[in-house]
Amino acid sequence: MPGAGTGRLVRRIAWQLRLVFLFAALAVLPYLLSYSQQEIAVLLVINVLLVSSYRLLTLTGEWSLGHVVIMGVGAYASALLAKRLGVPVPISLLLGGGIAAATAAVLSFPLFRMKGFYFLIGSFAAGEIIRLIWKRFTEPFGGPKGLKRIDAFPDIDIGFLSIDFYEPVNYYFLALIVVSASLFVLYRIERSRIGLTFHAIHWQDRLAESVGIDTFRYRTLAFVIASFFAGIAGGLYAHYVGAVNPTRFGVDQMVYVLVWAIVGGTATFHGPILGVVVLTVINEIVLRALGLDTARPLIYGAILILSVLYLPKGLESLVPRVRERVRRWRSGPAATGEGAG
Amino acid sequence: MDLLWQTAVNATYAASYMALIAVGLVMIFGVMGVINFAHGELYMVGAYCVVFLYAQENFPFLLAVAAGLIFVGLVGLVMERTLFRPLRDNPLGGLIASIGFLLILQTLAVFGFGRRMGHVPPWTQGKFEVFGAILTYQRLFVIAAAIVLLGALWAFLKRSKFGRALRACAQDAEAASLQGISMNQTARIAMFIGAALAGVAGALTAPLVSPTPYIGHSIIVTAFIIIIVGGVGSLEGAVIAAVLYAFVHTFVTTFFDGVVANIVGLALMLAVLVVRPTGLFGAKERA
Repeated sequence: MPGAGTGRLVRRIAWQLRLVFLFAALAVLPYLLSYSQQEIAVLLVINVLLVSSYRLLTLTGEWSLGHVVIMGVGAYASALLAKRLGVPVPISLLLGGGIAAATAAVLSFPLFRMKGFYFLIGSFAAGEIIRLIWKRFTEPFGGPKGLKRIDAFPDIDIGFLSIDFYEPVNYYFLALIVVSASLFVLYRIERSRIGLTFHAIHWQDRLAESVGIDTFRYRTLAFVIASFFAGIAGGLYAHYVGAVNPTRFGVDQMVYVLVWAIVGGTATFHGPILGVVVLTVINEIVLRALGLDTARPLIYGAILILSVLYLPKGLESLVPRVRERVRRWRSGPAATGEGAG
Repeated sequence: MDLLWQTAVNATYAASYMALIAVGLVMIFGVMGVINFAHGELYMVGAYCVVFLYAQENFPFLLAVAAGLIFVGLVGLVMERTLFRPLRDNPLGGLIASIGFLLILQTLAVFGFGRRMGHVPPWTQGKFEVFGAILTYQRLFVIAAAIVLLGALWAFLKRSKFGRALRACAQDAEAASLQGISMNQTARIAMFIGAALAGVAGALTAPLVSPTPYIGHSIIVTAFIIIIVGGVGSLEGAVIAAVLYAFVHTFVTTFFDGVVANIVGLALMLAVLVVRPTGLFGAKERA
């Protein structure tokens, strides 16, 4: 008779093995791709961080329309710090995340007086104001044209080892390391007491308040942490592409984040990641191959509508459903259908 | 002084079409409880009806405007049936679905007419002076049409049976349906009217704005500001807020620049959201 301890150990090893396989696959991946596909892979890794950080915010039940602008705050801040003040890029990246978090902390005072729909519109307004400020003030933000020739990551050159981060492959691994570390932190936060409190606020905010939870403070905390990682994603983007402008962080980009999160499903940690990966692959392989690039917004729009209508819990909800189907099929037709909650 | 007066005349024109758009958005929200993010694109579709029928096919301008009104109203019916009815219990879902619909309309406009500005020749060159300020007939017509349409809507809502049913549904959908009012029928009427108002605003102003497929963005931002300031769900509030916002925006644009005007408008909205989320004229908070 196997003890509970061994069962847990087996599961733990299986889980770690899966992670090892995942990272091995991710490490081999860029060598199977063409140059332009490698560039897309870099952006995909950055977008994984963006959408995962967005999910942390949605844990408290609030949907922001300003998240991409916050990413832009990180991008602009890191770019300006490096360009104007000569801050070394890895440090400017962290500071950029910090400035994005600080911006969120300031914005939380007006925004978290609102909930639900009002928060949505309020975050939209706040984001648009920031974007218009970038557009209006050529000094230091570069106006509508934005910032160009942003410093890249410094090359690593220590004799036997030299890494040039202009190469997408190298930047891919850099981004992969930064994003994996960030995802690990996000995951730990969600599993911590703080993360549980976020869930509590989402489902029962009055009850949470009545047991002494300061919901304003926790909402702000979720917003600040999410914004920090969005800012990091922005910095990664800025130092890779080398240019940022206000349009890059506009509402249509926000719509893509929403689509990724909703199509993937926000109930689990992996849902939004699944969404961004699946949709990017569809986008790059199917649409580009078919020459349907201009139809991209239309197809995204249709996918968004269909998933809201028919798959409200996202792609990730398909996984247990399929499993259940298989289990019932195995146990024979006698199994009765019970209503889905 | 002349500049001030001229700016006031310009603001009156802006207020008239903004009121049409915002009232349409409020109608849809009032009955269905969903914020239609694609409202700016409905305006855009209305404008492209005029681009197509009047500028390309040379139909009379008025006919093109009427066609824009009806066509966009029908687009509204499609949205009601395919998006908002299945998602009636899920306002956030309705909003997100309307974002999807917005992308579809935008792409279709790009396919049909290209990304560049559609050029619409003026249908009249006439203009006259009011106390030294110049008002073109085109703008005067927009102002007059807005007053007529909003007046007709007001009479419809206050006097007719449908109007009463509509207001009943907006106040309490469940109680209304217990009285034998068909929720679906009412939603259809509200959606048709709401969309048609946005469409007619686009059609009327098409010769004055040079529409692009992406014009909806600035329209929806404007409409949001107006309905928030006016109090979501209040038709009168939307009209008053449209006038207020049009004056603020036009004056700031004239004396500073357009981007500053947008910043001021958005800041105004944020301030209202913080201080009085029910809007300046909204009576009570909706559940």
